[in-house]
Amino acid sequence: MTAPVIEVRNLKTYFKTSGGIAKAVDGVSFSIPKGGTFALVGESGCGKSVTALSVIQLIDSASGYIAGGEVLLNGSDITKLGEKEKRKIRGNKISMIFQEPMTSLNPVFTVGNQIEEAICLHQRKTAKDARALALDMLKKVRFANPEEIYDEYPHRLSGGMRQRVMIAIALSCKPDLLIADEPTTALDVTIQDEILKLIKELKDTMGTAVLLITHNLALVANNADTVCVMYAGKIVESAPTAELFKKPLHPYTQKLLSSVPAISMRGKLLDTIPGTVPSATAYADGCRFSGRCHREMQGCKTIEPVLVENEERHFIACHLFDAVFLAGVNSTHVTRAEAYLPHIKNALVKGGAIVEARGLKTWYPIRKGLLKRVKGYVKAVDGIDLTIKKGETLALVGESGSGKTTAGKSIIRLISATSGEVVFQGRDILKLGGKEMQGVKPLMQIIFQDPYSSLNPRLTVKEIIEEGLIILKPGLDRKRRLKKIGASLEQVGLSADMMSRYPHEFSGGQRQRVGIARALAVDPEFIVCDEAVSALDVSVQAQILNLLKEIQREAGLSYLFITHDLGVVEYIADEVAVMYNGKIVESGPTEEIFLRPRHEYTQKLLSAVPRL
Amino acid sequence: MLSYILRRVLYAVPIIIGVNVITALLFFYVNTPENMARKILGEKNVTPSAIENWKQDHGYNLPPFLNVKEKGLSVVTQTIFFQKAVPLLWFDFGRSDRNNIDIGSEIKTRMWPSLAISLPMFTAGVFIDLFFAMLLAYYRGTRFDISAVVFCVMMMSVSTLFYIIGGQYFLGKLLKLFPISGFDTGVHSAKFLILPVVVGVISGAGVGIRFYRTVFLEEVSKDYVRTARAKGLSEGKVLFKHALKNAMIPVLTNVVVSIPFLFYGSLIMETFFSIPGLGNFTIDAIQSQDFAIVRSMVYLGSILYIIGLILTDISYTLVDPRVIFE
Repeated sequence: MTAPVIEVRNLKTYFKTSGGIAKAVDGVSFSIPKGGTFALVGESGCGKSVTALSVIQLIDSASGYIAGGEVLLNGSDITKLGEKEKRKIRGNKISMIFQEPMTSLNPVFTVGNQIEEAICLHQRKTAKDARALALDMLKKVRFANPEEIYDEYPHRLSGGMRQRVMIAIALSCKPDLLIADEPTTALDVTIQDEILKLIKELKDTMGTAVLLITHNLALVANNADTVCVMYAGKIVESAPTAELFKKPLHPYTQKLLSSVPAISMRGKLLDTIPGTVPSATAYADGCRFSGRCHREMQGCKTIEPVLVENEERHFIACHLFDAVFLAGVNSTHVTRAEAYLPHIKNALVKGGAIVEARGLKTWYPIRKGLLKRVKGYVKAVDGIDLTIKKGETLALVGESGSGKTTAGKSIIRLISATSGEVVFQGRDILKLGGKEMQGVKPLMQIIFQDPYSSLNPRLTVKEIIEEGLIILKPGLDRKRRLKKIGASLEQVGLSADMMSRYPHEFSGGQRQRVGIARALAVDPEFIVCDEAVSALDVSVQAQILNLLKEIQREAGLSYLFITHDLGVVEYIADEVAVMYNGKIVESGPTEEIFLRPRHEYTQKLLSAVPRL
Repeated sequence: MLSYILRRVLYAVPIIIGVNVITALLFFYVNTPENMARKILGEKNVTPSAIENWKQDHGYNLPPFLNVKEKGLSVVTQTIFFQKAVPLLWFDFGRSDRNNIDIGSEIKTRMWPSLAISLPMFTAGVFIDLFFAMLLAYYRGTRFDISAVVFCVMMMSVSTLFYIIGGQYFLGKLLKLFPISGFDTGVHSAKFLILPVVVGVISGAGVGIRFYRTVFLEEVSKDYVRTARAKGLSEGKVLFKHALKNAMIPVLTNVVVSIPFLFYGSLIMETFFSIPGLGNFTIDAIQSQDFAIVRSMVYLGSILYIIGLILTDISYTLVDPRVIFE
C-alpha cells in the first residue's frame, strides 16, 4: 500500500457553546491513500462536516478549535502551521466542494473570474495563462461551451452546472486531496449520477484522493473504497466498502442499513432506531450509542469501547467484539422489548378513485415590455391526469422543476389551476364556491417538506393545530378542540402534554410529526405529502414512513406522495406517476414501473438511482 | 432596461400629481388664506380690508379649487389651486408671500451652498463608516469589535445638537481651528465647511458603522465566503473582494435614496453654522410663516424622494448581475 496522502490521528474538534463544550469531533483517526476514495457516513450532527472542515483547517476560530490530534498531509502535520502556510494548502493541496451549489458561488463575479482566482493565487501564472487554464478546467468538467460559461454569472446556471463549476475551481490546482461534503445531496438524481462520475473520472486522471462525506448509504456503496461510519463524534465502524455492506458489525450500522426504504421492504414496517442522537455537550462516559442500542449489555453505559481491528481492515468500536469485556461479569444482556416488524395486511377494502384530476393545467403568465403584457406562459403543469384510489398511495416523481409540487398544490386548490378539473366526492372542486369549498378543505390536507420552516416559530403546537380546527371545524367548542388536538398528537406518537411547546423545542423528526398531526386533526381523507420525508435523516425518515403507513391503515387515508427519492417510492407507493416538464410521461403500478419502465425518461431516472 | 426606466418615470407621474393635490389641500384648506394673511399681517389690529388687500396682492383672493362665478375653462383655472399649485408641476414655484421674491431663482442660488456642505459630508461619511464597519467585521467577536459596538451605541444615543455645539465650542472657540459659523464662496469657503462636515460625519458615524457592520457580518456567514476561504484566500481578500461587492446591495438601498437630498441641505446644520443653503431657507420660511416657500420645499422634497427611489433601483443593476429590469 502506498503512503497515505492524508492521515488524521486522534482528531478532536470542540466548539464553545452556551451549553458547555460541544465535542463535535472527539478522537477520529483515518487515512486515505493516493487516488483512494474514503467515505464518512452518518446522520446529521454526527461530526462528518466538522471533520472535513478540520482537515482543510477551516474551523471558525470565533467558537471552534482543534483540541487535539494531528492532520498529516504527505507526512507533515498541518495543524501546527501558521495561518499563512495553511492558506497555501487550502485550495492548492486540499480543496473542497460543498453541499449547496446554489449558494456556494459568489453571485456577483463571473464563473471564469472565480476559477481564475484560485489559479492565480496558488500558481504563478500570467492572466492569459490563467484564463487558458480556467477554460481547460471548464472543458474538463464537460461544458460544451467553455468560452460562454466563462463569462456567465452563477445565477444563470443550473444546480448541476454550478456544482461542476465548483469542481473546476476545486481541481484547478490539482490538489492531493478533494473533500466532497454532500456534493450531490441538493441535486436531482440524474444529475447526481453525472457529478459522481465526473469526480471519479477526474480523480482517476489526476490521482487525487477523495474524502466523500454523505448521509446517503447507497451513494457510498458505489463510489468509495473504504467506508467509515461516524456516530456522535466518533468512528464506530470502518471497513472496505463491500465488506461493510455485506457484513455490518456495529449495531448502529446494522440499524442504519435496515432503515433504508427499498422495494424489498414493501408491506413491512421499516426498522427504526429509538431515541435521538445525544447532545454533543453531554456525552455518556461509555458507549455513545448506549440507550438506543438493541444489543446493549450491562456496562455499555459506563465503559467506553475502543476501535479495534476485528478482521483484516475491518475496524469496530463495540463491546460485542471485545472478548475481555464479554468475559467480564457485567456482560449480561440488557433485556429490552424486541422491536417487532408486523406485516401490514391490506386490511382495507380498497375502493375506487377518491381524487381524480383530469387535464389539469397550471400556467404562469410571463409579462414583458413597457405595458407588461402577457407574452407567453410557463407551463408548470400542462394537462395531467391522475387518479388516487381510496386507501392507496400514488407517488408523483420527477426532477425539481418538473411541476410535481405545483400539481399537488393545484389539486387541493392551494394554487389555482388554469384549467382542467379535479373530481372529489363526485364534484369538480375547482368550480366550487367559497362556502362549498369550506366543506371540502378539511378532507384534503398537505404535509410540507421542511419541518424547520413550515411551522410558525411564534405559535405553540396547540395554536398551530387549533388554527386549522377553528376555521375548518367551526362546530367544535374549545374543550372538544383541545381533546382533538391531544388525540392527533398521540396518533403521531407525541404526547398530549407537548401541546404548549414551541416548534424549536422539538427535533426535526418530531416537528414533522407535528406537521402530520396538524393535517390529521381535521379528519382528512386525502393528504398530499410534499417531499414530507426528504429533509430527514434515514433513521428518522423510517419512523415517519412507518407512521404514515400506520395512519393510512387505521384511517383509510389516501396519499399523493410527491418525492424525488425513488427508494421511498418503491417502498411506500401503490402506484407511480412520473412527471417531466409539466406532463406525466408514464404511470402505473409501482412494481410495473420499477421493473419494466417504458418511457425513456423513467429508464434514465431509474438507472441513475444509487442502490445498496 | 430603458423601458423599465421609462415605466418607472411614468409611474411617478400620478404620484407627483397626488403629492401636489395633497400638499395643496394641506396648505389651502387646513390653513386658509385668511389665516395666512392674519399671521403675516400680525394677529392684532388687523382690519378685514387689510386682509382682503393682502389676499388681492398675493393672488389668494380666488376660491380654492372651483370658481363657480366664471365660465368655461376659467371655472378651473381661476382658482388658487390652479394658479399656485399646478405650476409646481413644471417647477414654476412662484413668488414668496412675505418678501415677494422669486422662489425658483432663490432655490437655484441656495442649493449650491447646501451641496457644498452636504456632498463632502455624505461622501466622507459613507467611506469612513464603511471602512470602520469592515474593520470591525474583520475583527468580529474580539474585544475590539465588542467595545467599538458599545461606543457606536453611545454615539448614536447622543443628540446631533451636542456634536454641533461641542464642535463649535472645542474646535472653534477653544482651539480656534475653524470659524464657529459663516459661509464664503470660492476657495475661502473651505475654512467654513470643515467644521460642519466633521461634525456631520461624527454625528452620523454611530448609526452608519453599526448598520454596515451588520450587513458585512450577514455576508461573512454566507456559503460563498466559505468557498472563498477554502480556495485559500486571505481573510482580508475574502472581506474586501467577495463580501464587499455583495454587501453593496443592501448598502446602496440605504445610500442612493439620499443622494438627491444632497441639494436639499440639512435644516439643523445649516441653521447652526449659518450656511445660506436651502435648509436655512426652509427654516427661515417656517419661522416667518411664508407658506409659499414652505409649500415649494415640501413639494420639492417629495420629487427628490421619488428620484432617489428610481436611482436606487437602477443602481442595483450596477452591482448585482441577478437584477435585470424588464
